[in-house]
Amino acid sequence: MGRALGVLIWLLTFGSVWLFVNGRWWLPPYISEHGPAYDRQFMITIIVVGVSFVAAQVGLGWAVWRYGAKGDRRERAVYSHGNNRLEIVWTAITALIFITLGLMGQRVWAQLHLNKAPADATRVHVVAQQFQWNFHYPGADKTFGRTDPTLVKDSELNFVGLDEQHPNAKDDQVVTTLAVPVGRPVELTLESKDVTHDLFVPELRYKQDVVPGMAIKMHFTLTEEGRFELACAELCGQLHYKMKSYLIALPATVYDELMTLPQAQFQGRITQLIKEYPLGIKNRATAGQQGATATASR
Amino acid sequence: MEEATTPIEPSAPASTTSEAVAADEAASHAAAAHETHGHHGPPTGFIRKYIFSIDHKVIGIQYLLLAIFAAFVGMFMSVLMRLNLTWPGRKWTILETLFPLGAPGGVMTPEFYLSLVTMHGTIMVFFVLTTAPQGGFGNYFLPIQVGAEDMAFPVLNMLSFWVTLVGLVVLIAAIFVEGSTILGNTDFVNNFLGGGGTGTLGPIGGWTGYPPLSALGKMAGPGQGAGATLWITSIAIFCVASLLGALNFITTLLNMRTRGMTLMRMPLTCWSWFTTAILALLAFPVLLAAGILLLLDRHAGTSFFIPGGLVFSDAVLPNKGGSPILWQHLFWFFGHPEVYIAILPGMGATSHILSTFARKPVFGYRAMVFAMFAIGLLGFFVWGHHMFISGMDPRTSIAFSVLTLSIGVPSAIKTFNWLGTLWGAKIRFTVPMMFAIGFVSLFVAGGITGLVLGQTSLDLFIHDGYFVLAHFHLVMGVAAIFGMFAGVYFWFPKMFGRMMSERLGQLHFWPTFIGVYGIFVPMHIMGIVGMPRRYASFEEYDFLRPLDPLVMFVTIAAIVTAAAQFIFLYNFIWSIFKGERASGNPWEATTLEWVTPTTPPPHDNFGGQIPTVYRGPYEFAVPDAPEDYILQTTPDASEGNSTTTGAGQSTTQGVRGSSGNGHNGQH
Amino acid sequence: MVTTVSTKPGGAVSTGTKSIQIGGTGRRPTGGNGSRGGAQPPGGGGDGRQRAFRDVAPQQYRIGMWLALSAILMMFAALSSAYVFRSTRAQQNWQAFSVPALLWVSTALILASSATFEVARRALRRGAQTVYRRWLLTSFGLGFGFLVAQLLAWRSLVGQGIYLATNPHSSFFYLLTGLHALHLVGGIIGLGYLMLRARRDAAAAAGTRDAAADQRARVDAIGLYWHFMDGLWVYLFALLFLWR
Repeated sequence: MGRALGVLIWLLTFGSVWLFVNGRWWLPPYISEHGPAYDRQFMITIIVVGVSFVAAQVGLGWAVWRYGAKGDRRERAVYSHGNNRLEIVWTAITALIFITLGLMGQRVWAQLHLNKAPADATRVHVVAQQFQWNFHYPGADKTFGRTDPTLVKDSELNFVGLDEQHPNAKDDQVVTTLAVPVGRPVELTLESKDVTHDLFVPELRYKQDVVPGMAIKMHFTLTEEGRFELACAELCGQLHYKMKSYLIALPATVYDELMTLPQAQFQGRITQLIKEYPLGIKNRATAGQQGATATASR
Repeated sequence: MEEATTPIEPSAPASTTSEAVAADEAASHAAAAHETHGHHGPPTGFIRKYIFSIDHKVIGIQYLLLAIFAAFVGMFMSVLMRLNLTWPGRKWTILETLFPLGAPGGVMTPEFYLSLVTMHGTIMVFFVLTTAPQGGFGNYFLPIQVGAEDMAFPVLNMLSFWVTLVGLVVLIAAIFVEGSTILGNTDFVNNFLGGGGTGTLGPIGGWTGYPPLSALGKMAGPGQGAGATLWITSIAIFCVASLLGALNFITTLLNMRTRGMTLMRMPLTCWSWFTTAILALLAFPVLLAAGILLLLDRHAGTSFFIPGGLVFSDAVLPNKGGSPILWQHLFWFFGHPEVYIAILPGMGATSHILSTFARKPVFGYRAMVFAMFAIGLLGFFVWGHHMFISGMDPRTSIAFSVLTLSIGVPSAIKTFNWLGTLWGAKIRFTVPMMFAIGFVSLFVAGGITGLVLGQTSLDLFIHDGYFVLAHFHLVMGVAAIFGMFAGVYFWFPKMFGRMMSERLGQLHFWPTFIGVYGIFVPMHIMGIVGMPRRYASFEEYDFLRPLDPLVMFVTIAAIVTAAAQFIFLYNFIWSIFKGERASGNPWEATTLEWVTPTTPPPHDNFGGQIPTVYRGPYEFAVPDAPEDYILQTTPDASEGNSTTTGAGQSTTQGVRGSSGNGHNGQH
Repeated sequence: MVTTVSTKPGGAVSTGTKSIQIGGTGRRPTGGNGSRGGAQPPGGGGDGRQRAFRDVAPQQYRIGMWLALSAILMMFAALSSAYVFRSTRAQQNWQAFSVPALLWVSTALILASSATFEVARRALRRGAQTVYRRWLLTSFGLGFGFLVAQLLAWRSLVGQGIYLATNPHSSFFYLLTGLHALHLVGGIIGLGYLMLRARRDAAAAAGTRDAAADQRARVDAIGLYWHFMDGLWVYLFALLFLWR
């Protein structure tokens, strides 16, 4: 029984490890500047976790394999109440590793959250609602028109409550797709009209709750062109699983051109871009390279 | 028999005179107690004995049965969820019969799926994980293990069970009130509970119930009307029950330990129940407060959690200035200690059982106690790691993150000590031991990924996805349940006087152990690919396509695992009536529950003769002792006690007078 | 039944003895920090049953009450932190109203009732049962007066058009005072219980010392609760009207 259990623990351990290293499933390729740092930290952590996991399970399996009672019940186990020195050494080592890991794990976070976006960042205003994403672009003047919740009229497609009379609102655009330029810092201001949502683009390596009553800012810089699925990652109601949109990462020139389009053509151009950009990173070469490094470091 | 050396006469037929004396003593004892203290004698009549009993043992069994019932309900719900995720949109005729509203035409609606999510979480967290290990085993064995005749406040104890039961009934009612065909009268529901929904079943806000989704009533979604009201009410009721229980546990442990039972001689199970009770005492009031605020927001028009400017159907709500994040703070201030409330008793039971079947003292008893307290204490300062991306101050997140990773240290100490306990052991592979070993394996597997989730940076991607789902299910779900299984198999002989079938137990263990790995390890992978939680279907997203085979695999593993639990159920029920009769101490264990005069123990546990404790709880494999275990009640030879017979331990070797006192020179 | 009574504390004698004995350390266990098996006399241990079966109950009333109070304290701490959190993020609509005059009256009443309870409790310690009953009744009346004053304060606020949902401050005001009043009702029931039992207890206490100790323990436990409610009110009063 003991031997079988020991072997089973080992088998389960190696099965688990195999799932992580077989290369079939892993993080999606990254598209943002903080992506590589994220993936590195993730990999380091997974290795530490994996090594500890395997060590503990192999140890457990071995103890179970080795120390089963034989037929003779009079045989005694080792009489020991523990070993303080071992205990202290072990505690110190784990504390050191865990705390170090914990401190390392703040870097990407601090870089994204403790720094403000530069003043010239491209700004998009995100207004989430059950079960739709609205993206409000400032247009050519790079200034947002006034919005007011009392002006919201979903039936007239004024999802964000934009005040059409406001001077800055003339060139504002509101669509349900997020288009941003590559290579420039982007700052999103997240607001919600009803319940808490969460903006999540896997390739972006970023999740941020969209909390009603707050205007939360998030910023990042993209490095790859392409089109990516954008999901809601905070339970927001019965159609939560369908609250989907796209992030389109455009070359800066294309983006600038888009921003100058009049309202009538804007939506059409977005639809066209969605067709132009198949899902995923557009430049295959870079994507391939990235995949290769990811595999290599695994 | 070793038992012969205990201060109490074991159940073996003793001379009639001594028995009579003991009975006499017990009777007068009880009578005297009754007069002045309300201590109770054995009740007569079925209702006083088994239903409204104030005997902690009966209450413990009641809690355990409630938890087993709730666990099967929760498990059934999880299987339904897996079916929907694997075959979305598929017709299940049986579902239409069972849930005409949740699955019209036999196809599950997304709101039905979410109400399953909510109910599964709430039932499992509150009515299984909080109830069985603490309310069940704690109630039954804490008084016995510290040598008390009952809990400090027996009536309060009974009350806490019945309040818990009311909580469960209210919670289950929450599934059925909305647009219900069972209650029939929808007007009643609409008028008194804040509005029915549009034909869903149960609230859909998840067990965390984040407002505004849970604060706005049916406006925010189907199921958020009357169902959500009942759901919050149920949790509030449960809070009260837990507080009553916790108060009782702590008082009993502090005040009713028998002679010689110093704190550091308590079994680790007692330490775990003690720590858990402290956590419950301090955490549940906070959830109660949050629940009250939420109810006021829903029904009295206040704005604690509802911010200004919310727009529904083009109309702006009148609320102003509330904060959804406030709920999250209050909820997780409770919610994180709750995780430890679920797992700590499992740790205690595991330590206890590992030591017993390893025939070896617990490795580093003191370290185990301190680690448990450290985990409990730190547990109060890390709630923010549930909220890294909630929009709270990112600097706070960093503090929470570092504190969180430091919880890994006491957890690692425990793991190390469990392995240390097994090292050099003579392991007896009984079913409880198998589950205890399984607990260690699963605790490591589930706990270690906390290192990933605790880092703010990594949370940017894996937050609220299947990675965290896998993590907490392995730790507070499956590992804790393995602790419970270990406890059931271990204590069953004492509770029911019969052994559970060893063969069926093994048959239960193997598929369960393999099955839970099969369910939850692949979920980590899903999380790494980016799969979000609480999705009724993954069909919408292309990036989740490659996971389809894993989703299928997990579902099959879940069904197999769930099926294996019926072996347990069968074994449990069958053994109560037909199991082999158990002796007083079938596992050759050392602690006080194994020295009771009868099995199951009599009404006052020790037949009126409270045992005296002479040594630590895990004296196995003591060199030169006649047996490989020494009961806590075995007095030392050097005390010159003439009752030490039969075990041949009366020879005091070495030079030692009566003043030797058995001190071992180590303190 | 083992009747060995050892009055020696555990570690007093023969430190470092190497003699072999059961559960002892003929062979020392290999280091570590275990709960040692060495059988020690049961002197220092749990102060539970055998010490005297009699002592258990009075003590556990007090322990139980302290624990219950810590739970109540946690709930009010949670609500207070919600209050502070909310007040700092209240944006435009935090309109604290000025202290209703009646609240000063109720504060005076509850402080007085705490004082009279203490007089009663001390009287009981002296064994002056009649004095105890008189002051207990006074405390009960004052506590009841507090509740009436609170209710009148609520009514006067409602008269000014300040309701539960008017603004965050009023929400918290009604919630905190309401919850406090609810807990106070529990205290009043406790006092009522003491009053109902007072004569019977007095008779019993005259009979045995145990019964007297029991009565004192009951009074102490309920007294703890009553003083706590008093302190809690002063705290809430300060929080609601002095904070900010």
